[in-house]
Amino acid sequence: MQAPMANYVASIGMEVHAELATRSKMFCRCPVAFGGEPNTRVCPVCLGLPGSLPVPNREAIEMVIRTALALNCKIAMHSVFHRKNYFYPDLPKGYQVSQYGETNPLGYHGWLELANGKRIGIRRVHLEEDTGKLMHLPNGGAGVDYNRAGVPLMEIVTDFPPDITNEEEAKDYLVELRQILVWLGVCDGKMEEGSLRCEPNISIRPEGTEMLGTKSELKNLNSFRSVQLGVQFEIRRQAATLDSGGTLLQETRGWNESNESSYAMRIKETENDYRYFPDPDLIPMVFDDPYIEGLRSAMPELPLAKSQRYQRDFGLSTKDAERLLQDRETAEFFEEAVAMKGDPKGICNLMISEFAKQLNEAGLSPRQSNISPAHLVQLANLLASDTINSKVGKEVFAEAFKSGAMPDAIVDERGLRQIDDHGPIVESVKAVLATNAEVVERYRGGQTGVAGFLVGQVMKMGQGRFNPQLVQQLVREELERT
Amino acid sequence: MSISLEEVRHVARLARLDLGEAEMMSLQSELNALIGHFEDIQHLDVSAIDPASHAVTMHNVWSEDLPGECLTRAEALQNAPVSKAGLFVVPTILEG
Repeated sequence: MQAPMANYVASIGMEVHAELATRSKMFCRCPVAFGGEPNTRVCPVCLGLPGSLPVPNREAIEMVIRTALALNCKIAMHSVFHRKNYFYPDLPKGYQVSQYGETNPLGYHGWLELANGKRIGIRRVHLEEDTGKLMHLPNGGAGVDYNRAGVPLMEIVTDFPPDITNEEEAKDYLVELRQILVWLGVCDGKMEEGSLRCEPNISIRPEGTEMLGTKSELKNLNSFRSVQLGVQFEIRRQAATLDSGGTLLQETRGWNESNESSYAMRIKETENDYRYFPDPDLIPMVFDDPYIEGLRSAMPELPLAKSQRYQRDFGLSTKDAERLLQDRETAEFFEEAVAMKGDPKGICNLMISEFAKQLNEAGLSPRQSNISPAHLVQLANLLASDTINSKVGKEVFAEAFKSGAMPDAIVDERGLRQIDDHGPIVESVKAVLATNAEVVERYRGGQTGVAGFLVGQVMKMGQGRFNPQLVQQLVREELERT
Repeated sequence: MSISLEEVRHVARLARLDLGEAEMMSLQSELNALIGHFEDIQHLDVSAIDPASHAVTMHNVWSEDLPGECLTRAEALQNAPVSKAGLFVVPTILEG
């Protein structure tokens, strides 16, 4: 689609739903899982049968509070559940339990900091329940599976008016939010399985004006990429409509992944009159400072703070730090190795190259492998002290990864220590130069690039154990000698 | 404060109640009588009483996150007017 004619400013609000990683549902003890036979994880509570009594899941409540704390929110010290009433077959009770109000949600008025330092205001973090799944039946009609009904669902909504102004920021926000949720262990973050869902609302207005334009809400975004593309498409679509003199409708649009465009969804825009009221089956939640502080003090250091610390204290680049912060296990593994007086940069290099490669190939996480933080410390030290060179380092790592043997032991057992003595290296250099007389001639004729070949030959003679810097130096010296 | 016929119609629509005009008129007067009781309460001086958000004074009654027993699928579908392929069959709905 064409870039817009006039200059517009976009405002993007983000509504994110995260299924909480609890073992049981929000108000009953039916297990939570993905997939499975339909209607096999249901009970009178989540089916909304008369006379059943819902009891909230403590873990879900604490997961939301932990998320709210990570997002710098205020915590509602007194908070209730409401019924949001509407009729739709994916909702067996005729209402969804949710949290209404400005300061009633478990968390409110917080912010998330993007890597570039911009703060995105968070309006609310509240707890509700997921709905069942509707599916079309082969011969027409629809059927419902209530396995997902009542799964604890956390809703995170950005501030209004929105701080996000383009598709990049929308994606960055979601990437960082997902990282925090996964980090805290409150959500598995699987967008493709729908455990993390994002519905941005997008509006544009001419530059220099104040009033927000008519917004559209976008659904069916199953990846970071589709969030970015979808928001970009909507901004351009709205601009094109306004440029051609058209008017925008407030509507819900679906994202079509295959042709990368949005389409108006046939959603019955019933009056948004949910008749919210406090759920009489659920009694209020009351928190005190010691309880909240207890949860706060048990919080792990968050990815952004870690990244800043790795750069400041260990001299890592932003990129390297981010690679260590893919998940909490990797970061903790790294920190354990550093705590054993390992060289942070050397350990980082091993982790993001050889270790990451081998783990990826084996489909393992760091702790599942034969490698411990102590292995990394030893290997990094062997490399830093030039006891072995990087080529041998790869072999040693591969062996340690396979057998679990310590790098020091592998090096000793196989006699892999780097040779730094001039004697044997000079001997090999002389031998190589003698058997490659014509190459030596070319070098002396000005083709200095051939030195690399000779260095390679010498390294080969040393079976990779010669100190590479020393070999380079000695080959040059020998060539310059006439 | 009293309830208009229009409000009765609106609430009936939200509750998916198909009411005739006569029924709505009779509900209107019943609801107005009910609201009237609350108006009586409005006259009481409650300035010295803390607002109650719930009928019971308990709070934080929670359950630990331990999966328990479910119904069997046959039991779950037992009351469904129609079921098919393990699903509750419902009227066709719009996408979304």
